[in-house]
Amino acid sequence: MGMTIAEKILARNAGLPQVRPGQIVTATVDSLMLHDSAVQIYKLFKEIGIDRVWDPSKVVAVNDHKIPARNVEDAELDQVKRAFVKEFEIAHWYDVGRGGICHQVFPEQGHALPGTLVLGCDSHTTSYGAFNVAATGTQIPEAYWVAAKGNLWFRVPESIRFELSGELPRGVVGKDIVLKIAGEHGADFAAYKSIEFTGRAVEKMSLSNRWAIANMGVDLAAKFAIFEADQKVFDFLKGRTRKPFTPVESDPDASYERVYQMDVSALVPQVACPHDLANIKPVTEVAGIPFQQAFIGSCTGGRLEDLAAAAEIMRGKKVHPGVRMIVIPASVEVYKDALRAGLVEIFADADAVVAPPGCGPCSGHHLGILGAGEVCVSASNRNVKGRMGSPDAEIYLASPATVAASAIAGVIADPRQV
Amino acid sequence: MFVSKGKVWKFGDNISTDHIKPGFTRGTTIKEQAQYCMRAIRPEFAQQVKPGDVIVGGRNFGCGSSRPAAQNFMALGIGCAVAESFSRLFFRSSINLGFPLLYCSGVSGAFDEGDVLEADFESGVVRNLTSGKVLQAEPLLDVPMRILRAGGVVEILRKEYQKSGTHA
Repeated sequence: MGMTIAEKILARNAGLPQVRPGQIVTATVDSLMLHDSAVQIYKLFKEIGIDRVWDPSKVVAVNDHKIPARNVEDAELDQVKRAFVKEFEIAHWYDVGRGGICHQVFPEQGHALPGTLVLGCDSHTTSYGAFNVAATGTQIPEAYWVAAKGNLWFRVPESIRFELSGELPRGVVGKDIVLKIAGEHGADFAAYKSIEFTGRAVEKMSLSNRWAIANMGVDLAAKFAIFEADQKVFDFLKGRTRKPFTPVESDPDASYERVYQMDVSALVPQVACPHDLANIKPVTEVAGIPFQQAFIGSCTGGRLEDLAAAAEIMRGKKVHPGVRMIVIPASVEVYKDALRAGLVEIFADADAVVAPPGCGPCSGHHLGILGAGEVCVSASNRNVKGRMGSPDAEIYLASPATVAASAIAGVIADPRQV
Repeated sequence: MFVSKGKVWKFGDNISTDHIKPGFTRGTTIKEQAQYCMRAIRPEFAQQVKPGDVIVGGRNFGCGSSRPAAQNFMALGIGCAVAESFSRLFFRSSINLGFPLLYCSGVSGAFDEGDVLEADFESGVVRNLTSGKVLQAEPLLDVPMRILRAGGVVEILRKEYQKSGTHA
């Protein structure tokens, strides 16, 4: 009986020839990603006398949520992260100015190796599925165990196959696909499942689009959101890692709990309206809604391709006087590429402010917090009440192109008409 | 006997960790963070909830970020959560914190706010002591049950490492 990608990776890391959905296995993890959780791990390990992580070469630590430090408390927590990295001899550490958002940095620095099993102390760890990684979130306190032992118990998930056919039309991107899925099937349709995305549209789409889809896999409640590895993945990894890896494909006779088909050729830009990711409308239905803040950035919408799509729309234009616009490259690498490509200048000329790489206002920490009564159109991933600041603010989620077109118009606007 | 009993606070579908433990409170003490629990959707909750009260949730309870949101419930003295379904991360972080929860189909319809709920974590039986309704939840699997009984994963690690004084 054949296995899906998730089953194969879990079987391999559990040392078993075969696993079945529902089975409980203990699997070794190939890598553990930490951000703020490094602080708690350091403190607990010191307190109870655990003097090393299971394998310092397999831990990747990133400083991203509140950087640069906003206040004395942040600065002191950052000191603990640095002490953790030093004392526990963590091999991979990306601090302010040297990294960016963990889900951008992890693949950029060559850690997302096809066929591996990765846990990250952040829900959007599913991102690495774009690179054929079985990647999912863990959390404090579970990460204490993973950091000490390098393994974890897993329930082998049922798999869902999502076949995307056709080709993305101009002005429509991976983000629109994932929003459409949330709207059509609900924000928990893949609860505890592994989604495999496949089909002609996947083959044709950019890695950046796959990355955005896998990233928001967790917002469809999935455990994994995985793609097969192809030449685009291998080209990306070239020069970023010298480690060997073995990509994993699903068997032709693998069994899926559900199979969905979607032709993306007819897709239009999608918008997730307040305060629910599944409250999806085509941009044509919400065009004209006024707002005060536009945000392009986050681990969903802060890649070079996202910034380029926005800059193409904004070149030579000005952000509407009633709107303030914040652009945050997802990483230092994206920032440098954007600088070289002239994108930062386009944003600055358009009166948008470009802030330092990191999570920014997406998770409600800084660099663009919303006040009561304000509305934000955002390229990020979550629009629950209070996420980006005041509980009396509203968040509309859309693609970077839709955010850019809207920022120019001063109201929600269709990027295909610009 | 592993039982939790208390007055019900009822919530709907897709309650997010952003509701339970808002992002902007990160960096403050858990006691302070708990004062903002559910503020965006029920501003009175953190002030009015009493130790021993319990949560009844809808589908996908605890969705969103990986932050250990049940810390706030524990800081407020909440006894357990019973929901139609939980997000994977919330379920696992709660178990690892030692906060008991049960998947229970039909629980939303079987309880009104203020009813008294009794959950037996051994058998998975959930009773509405106000109305007399009885539901059967999915009993916890062995591994999460073991972690829960130990009081969470930290207690397991503490026992192992403080005793031996050696590393992994």
